[in-house]
Amino acid sequence: MDVDPTVPVVKSMLLLDSEGKRIAVKYYAPEWATVTAQANYERSVFSKTSRTNARLEAEITTFSDVIVVYKFLGDLMFYVTGSQDENELILYQVLQGFYESISLLLRGAVEKKTVLENLDLVLLAMDETVDGGLILETDPSTIASRVAMRGADADVPLAEQLRNQTFSKALATAKEQIARSLLK
Amino acid sequence: MAATAQDPSAPLRAEKKDEDRDEDMEYSPFYGIEKGAVLQEARIFNDPHIDPRRCQQVITKLLYLLCQGETFTKKEASEVFFSVTKLYQSKDANLRRMVYLVIKDVCPGSDEVIIITSSLMKDMNSKTDLYRSNAIRVLCSIIDSQLLGQIERYLKQAVVDKSAVVASAVLVSAMHLLGSNSEIVRRWTNEIQEAIQSKHAMVQFHAVALLHALRANDRLAVSKLVSSLTRGAVRSPLAQCLLVRYVAQVIAESAATGGIEARPFYSFLESCLRHKAEMVIFEAARAVCAMRDVSTRELAPAVTVLQLFLSSSKPVLRFAAVRTLNKVAMTHPLAVTNCNIDMESLISDQNRSIATLAITTLLKTGSESSVERLLKQIGSFMSDIADEFKIVVVEAIRALCLKFPQKYRALMNFLSNVLREDGGFEYKRAIVDSILILIREIPDAKESGLSHLCEFIEDCEFTYLSTQILHLLGREGPRTKEPARYIRYIYNRIILENATVRAAAVASLARFGALVAELRPRILVLLSRALYDNDDEVRDRATLYLAELGGKAGGVEAVDVQWDLPARNLEKSLRSYLENGGEGPFSLAAVPRALPPAPKKEQKKAQSAFGAALKPEVAANGDLGAVVQSMPQFKGLGPLFKSSEPAKLTEEETEYSIAVVKHVFARHLLLQFNCTNTVEEQVLEDVSVTVDLAQAEEFEEEAVVPLERMPHGAVGHTFTLLRRPEGSMALGKLVNILRFKVKEIDPSTGETEEEGYEDEYTLEDLNVAPGDYIRAAPVPNFRAAWEALGEEAELGDDYGLGERENLQEAVEAVVGILGMAPCDGTDAVPPNARSHTVLLAGTLIGDAQALVRLSFGIDAARSVAMKLVVRSDSPDVSQAIHQIIQDA
Repeated sequence: MDVDPTVPVVKSMLLLDSEGKRIAVKYYAPEWATVTAQANYERSVFSKTSRTNARLEAEITTFSDVIVVYKFLGDLMFYVTGSQDENELILYQVLQGFYESISLLLRGAVEKKTVLENLDLVLLAMDETVDGGLILETDPSTIASRVAMRGADADVPLAEQLRNQTFSKALATAKEQIARSLLK
Repeated sequence: MAATAQDPSAPLRAEKKDEDRDEDMEYSPFYGIEKGAVLQEARIFNDPHIDPRRCQQVITKLLYLLCQGETFTKKEASEVFFSVTKLYQSKDANLRRMVYLVIKDVCPGSDEVIIITSSLMKDMNSKTDLYRSNAIRVLCSIIDSQLLGQIERYLKQAVVDKSAVVASAVLVSAMHLLGSNSEIVRRWTNEIQEAIQSKHAMVQFHAVALLHALRANDRLAVSKLVSSLTRGAVRSPLAQCLLVRYVAQVIAESAATGGIEARPFYSFLESCLRHKAEMVIFEAARAVCAMRDVSTRELAPAVTVLQLFLSSSKPVLRFAAVRTLNKVAMTHPLAVTNCNIDMESLISDQNRSIATLAITTLLKTGSESSVERLLKQIGSFMSDIADEFKIVVVEAIRALCLKFPQKYRALMNFLSNVLREDGGFEYKRAIVDSILILIREIPDAKESGLSHLCEFIEDCEFTYLSTQILHLLGREGPRTKEPARYIRYIYNRIILENATVRAAAVASLARFGALVAELRPRILVLLSRALYDNDDEVRDRATLYLAELGGKAGGVEAVDVQWDLPARNLEKSLRSYLENGGEGPFSLAAVPRALPPAPKKEQKKAQSAFGAALKPEVAANGDLGAVVQSMPQFKGLGPLFKSSEPAKLTEEETEYSIAVVKHVFARHLLLQFNCTNTVEEQVLEDVSVTVDLAQAEEFEEEAVVPLERMPHGAVGHTFTLLRRPEGSMALGKLVNILRFKVKEIDPSTGETEEEGYEDEYTLEDLNVAPGDYIRAAPVPNFRAAWEALGEEAELGDDYGLGERENLQEAVEAVVGILGMAPCDGTDAVPPNARSHTVLLAGTLIGDAQALVRLSFGIDAARSVAMKLVVRSDSPDVSQAIHQIIQDA
């Protein structure tokens, strides 16, 4: 990516589970072009951070020329990576936008199960926070309302829309499960 | 759902034990997912009756696969892409949003993009803001410049859209487009400027960033942008951060330093330190700390806000502050001392990155008296941090030890303690390296350092470190007061270690035997035990050293051969010797001693490492002068004062390549011509250079040493010796004519023809400049040397140097003319500096020391003025230096 060097840039956003497995990741920097490089990076990030306590406050660390800010929520780990000379507080704000918007969208039930069931919302939230490495929006409620396309459907309030969505989803998954158990 | 929900504050590890139970419960919608099946499923996109929910799920599955690192083949991707485009028929907003997302990820070739552009363009004109913004982002990420031209006017309009999401989308997309389509984006400047006034913070941020990116190459435009923005109200904290960065750039490019004239916009930075957003405060503090030549007064407010951050409850803030202060401590340790109390409390910070940074900062700012206390605190902390942090701490300790050499005992003890603890190779190596450096730099620390290392190799698992230490023991051990005490440690290695270490130990022992005569009989006994070693190398070494120590095979000196040949040249000569069939014995004398690239650096290193003990003659002229010193004809010339770098006298690709080296002696100038024949079909014999002295009247030709035959592809030497009055700095232009006898080689037989003919070739002229009589002789402490010389023979004058590109160029030119050594790194001019002072030291012929202080200034028209002040042993010498500049 070739942008003005003064513009703050996010190198990657990661959402990993409590064992370091990837749930949703987005890489914007060329240094992790291959899946292997990404996996190695995720492994080292996880091993360096998993034993720290980043529940109350977001934590920060630095290694091999990058700065990583991270926050653990439930059984999930949110990471935002920036370059060594990035303003740490800007990265921190991106991280906040990232996890708080997801928390809003999932109504506080931030755990692996719900995140996987609503992976579309998570992916959209990431897409609304950072666009190709550039910070698009950091306000959690703005991100959440954009993900929910509030305003697109003749102004259905966000909460109601979400309820509808999760309900229909639950119905769909229930159907799926029944189908699977019948096939066994 | 509630049953599996975890207490958010529970530690991660607690979860492990009921993992088994969880596994049955844990249900993932992506359990057992397979690419083939999902692609099958994706066929429902083609269904005439679209089920939005189900389609959304399938898209999510596709994205999940991509996210897990799965790749689609080109065919698969375009199939997915085509069927996804069908989903445009659905009016469902959430499904549409997913379609936007998946199109960006399954980006097909440009020929396929065309089928979706019309739909996207329709969305771009939709009444719904979110449709417009998403369509813009998708279009801009898949479009080529031709299509971009078609939609340009919609995009331009979108820049000033009253909806934030639309304006941001197009501004960010434009930032990505800048690389390939900057001319199109450039046409939107007016709209972008309008967007800067937007009431939405993010739009303002994106517009500011884009406008700067458009003008980044134009310094004037940037400084205009900065002054208009600093006056106006920038509401967005992110945009304010950008502005701080631009201001920092403008400051860096301006000449003003905080001292006399105020820096432009410094007051703006200061006001940002009081901004309500922490992000901006920190950005401003960072900018102030990074200013070139920042003064303590300018630093103070920034350090104060950073100090407040140090006690923040947020780790990110503490980290940011301590990291910045750590950098400040490198250059302005005193400015940071106020924070020492806060720093000390950070040593026990949960976050180990913060703790490490705090410690290394304290080590930099700490006073001599606090060293012991700090070491105690660190000692308790070292055991529970990772190796990489330990390395940082060790490096900081090393720097501290070099700063306070008197404290070496405590610091050396600390290093030896941590050396005994467990640790990986990199960590151990950092410690050993530190001890090696301390031994080299602090003579008092040598004995204790060596004994610590001896203890370490008794129990060292790393072969590399053991061999390195054994080598050092062999070099330094024999010169200590009690060499005998090291023998036991080294001999233990021969008994206990692997072959590599044993061989190194044998070599080390032999050095003791060679250098300490009274130990020799005992060493011989020990070495003879290694004769039955089961490793070849160890046996060979023992045998060789035994013979040498016993007076055979070159004798005792042979144990400790001092190679005065550059290894690279030796290798090259040996190679060419082998290639040419290896006839006759190989002679070391044929190895060129001049190192072609970058010999200067190595000499400098050598000098700093061995200090003043090394004779400057050897250091400065070792390589170039060696050829001359090996010639018996020139023994009577006295000590060599200086040899110049070789200068080429022929064009590239002529039949012969000639370079000249000027050797200056007290009464003579010896010209050494390095000659190489470049044409295989000819033989050049009886080669000499005649020097026409018409334009150098003070010289007189004394002798010519011709070259019997100019070698092909190698270097031969011919010399011309010129006499000049003793001690004088005779100058002038020498016109050189190469004379030789050419004999052709018959290409069919390869034999040289009997008859040859005389020929001559005019070489380029050679100037003898004053710089040839000045030898670069750096002094370790310029100020002290300057004071020592006193004002008696001080001479100062001003000169105009005319127009120059920048100061660096002017500095290089003057330093080149004088041929003196820049001291204290003053030969590097900071970028965009308007004034600069260079300190030079040198010795003139006749061994007169001269120190020069050059003050340069450059004005707006790029014309450079220089003030030259010389101090030397006598007024004549000072006058001579000025004369050089006047003549130049």
